[in-house]
Amino acid sequence: MDAILLQILNGLDKGSAYALIALGLTLIFGTLGVVNFAHGALFMIGAFCAVTVQRLLSLSYEVVDESQKDFLGNPLKVKTPYVESWFGPEMGGAIIDWAVPIAILFAIPIMVCVGYVMERGLIKHFYKREHADQILVTFGLAIVLQEVIKYFYGANPIQTPSPEALSGVANVGALLGMDIVYPVWRIVYFFFSVVIIGAIFSFLQFTTFGMVVRAGMADRETVGLLGINIDRRFTIMFGIAAAVAGLAGVMYTPINSPNYHMGMDFLVLSFVVVVVGGMGSLPGAVLAGFLLGILESFASMNEIKSIIPGIDQIIIYVVAIIILLTRPRGLMGRKGVMEE
Amino acid sequence: MFGLDNKDTRMLLVVAVLTLCAPFILNPFPTDSAMAQFNAGYPDLMQRFVIFGIFAIGFNILFGLTGYLSFGHAAFLGVGSYSAVWMFKLLSMNVIPAILLAVVISGLFALLIGFVSLRRSGIYFSILTLAFAQMSFNLAYSVLTPITNGETGLQLTLDDPRILGVSATADGSIPVTSLFGLEMRSTFEMVVGPWAFQFNAGYYLAAFILLAAFYLSIRIFRSPFGMMLRAVKSNQQRMNYTGLNTKPYTLAAFVISGMYAGLAGGLMASMDPLAGAERMQWTASGEVVLMTILGGAGTLIGPVLGAGFIKYFENIFSKINDNVLHGWFSFMPDGLENFVVFVIHPFIGKGWHLTLGILFMLVVVFLPGGLVEGGQRIAKWVKGRKNKDDATPATKTPAE
Repeated sequence: MDAILLQILNGLDKGSAYALIALGLTLIFGTLGVVNFAHGALFMIGAFCAVTVQRLLSLSYEVVDESQKDFLGNPLKVKTPYVESWFGPEMGGAIIDWAVPIAILFAIPIMVCVGYVMERGLIKHFYKREHADQILVTFGLAIVLQEVIKYFYGANPIQTPSPEALSGVANVGALLGMDIVYPVWRIVYFFFSVVIIGAIFSFLQFTTFGMVVRAGMADRETVGLLGINIDRRFTIMFGIAAAVAGLAGVMYTPINSPNYHMGMDFLVLSFVVVVVGGMGSLPGAVLAGFLLGILESFASMNEIKSIIPGIDQIIIYVVAIIILLTRPRGLMGRKGVMEE
Repeated sequence: MFGLDNKDTRMLLVVAVLTLCAPFILNPFPTDSAMAQFNAGYPDLMQRFVIFGIFAIGFNILFGLTGYLSFGHAAFLGVGSYSAVWMFKLLSMNVIPAILLAVVISGLFALLIGFVSLRRSGIYFSILTLAFAQMSFNLAYSVLTPITNGETGLQLTLDDPRILGVSATADGSIPVTSLFGLEMRSTFEMVVGPWAFQFNAGYYLAAFILLAAFYLSIRIFRSPFGMMLRAVKSNQQRMNYTGLNTKPYTLAAFVISGMYAGLAGGLMASMDPLAGAERMQWTASGEVVLMTILGGAGTLIGPVLGAGFIKYFENIFSKINDNVLHGWFSFMPDGLENFVVFVIHPFIGKGWHLTLGILFMLVVVFLPGGLVEGGQRIAKWVKGRKNKDDATPATKTPAE
């Protein structure tokens, strides 16, 4: 029982990342009808926002401290981050420690801008072209973004620790009388993604803007005929989708040190997730994200691996293939969207 | 000639001359000149040109003709490599059985994957092939280690049980791949003045196979079968409505292109007898997509051009470093020189992928027909100007 719960927890944090990326992908596909292969790159850019914020916060200056000597008797050079000298050592230290959550505040406007520029600058011109062309151009864009990041940040993974207070482990099983120890940050990540997913759904469900967007997803032309500038709203939705991917990346940095190819690594899986969930279905994307995350972590249990060796490596693809062949529309695909 | 019309014969001949004279053409700079690093006429790179050319030609038969975008073609290349290396380990160091087995095994593999994947089309087909390829890649890394030797890659060892041949040569080293005794690595070097041209046995084998593959692809393009595939691309629904089952045609195209990939994989293993799982990764599949699109999907010569272009840049462009740039721009004033080098720096050396990505995007946006379309447009433009020049005096003359 303990083992099963632990695997579910394990699956939840990976599943949250899948769900968030897949949600963004589906938003873009559902609104603009564009297959965005650069979405993994947006996830990566988000992660590097966190890296940048952390580096900016820990920018420091050197002072020669005469009172302290090193072992040769020379005065010691002491590095003090600017933030510490502005807010005092305690407050400043806390700010540096909480760099990753703080990065969220910076990542949202940056990602929305990146998404906006991407849509207006490039993807706008590809609405009328084939899906194959869209895949190709966004694939090229993904390579470019990846290389740009590699140029500025190098090829090695960059450690980005979570805040001290959230970096330990917690005994989550204590409430149920079981012994399940689990890293706190992963639990935070799960709740964070639930909040984001909830926010996106309520935004679409309960605001006028969301209503128009949903109407546009159902029938773009009619909404346009009603005198609503639907393109503009869809562009904003692209920005929001980029922000969702970026936030998923920001919060993912303490779990996995970001490197330049993390986007590509996630991209393939999140596409599989989208297709399993059903192209264009938001609940489907979220459901499939968590489902595949949990399945993956179950498949990596030793008990299961001993029955079917190697199943942990391929389970997602096997599930995807089975679902694609048996349910052409995916788990919750909408009727008429990308049916062939 | 060979059942081709004049235009195609001319194209085949051009490709034949280009590939057979490649050691000369790719080696235009004397070995001691500063430009020598742009020489691509060394065996390793020339082999890669033709092998990836074969791979891209095969991919083009599927993507260019039917429009099915497969993102998992590298799997077939990997399977081909593995089977060829196994043939070297178990049967003999002759490359012919290895290449044949590579083609057959990858064909069977393609039949299996194609049969399942082709039940869907469009993006779903891409995802399915991607899933299958990633699955093979992951399996090759983990469970199939007894067959694939996992991360280390499959290599020849000194105690291979080779049925036709010896497990180790007299001096105790691993025997080399050969074609009936002609060693693949043997290179004849011709020194003409300051130039050194290298003629490699392996390259010429690969080049002849490329010509055969190219000829076959011309025949496929011009055949009723090719016409059928093009019809599938332009409107599959209409084909279905006329009561035609398109599946056998697309499946045949898929298997043929899988066999081309296996052939490329087998050749790759013949030149250098090792096979690793990274050849099957989806980024490798992405590379062949890049090659085909860059050269011009659906054209005959495009994929070969694209493959040569990308491989040339990968090997030569990435060698340019800051010192070379400083050499080039040394005529400028110092400040300007440093600035120019600084601007170009991200795009060269290790950053050549960035250049490739930008170039690829530009091609997709502005030249959907790839380099071939670019060439055609330039040719048309030149012709148009010429015609205009011819036309103007012609209209003037009667007026006088």
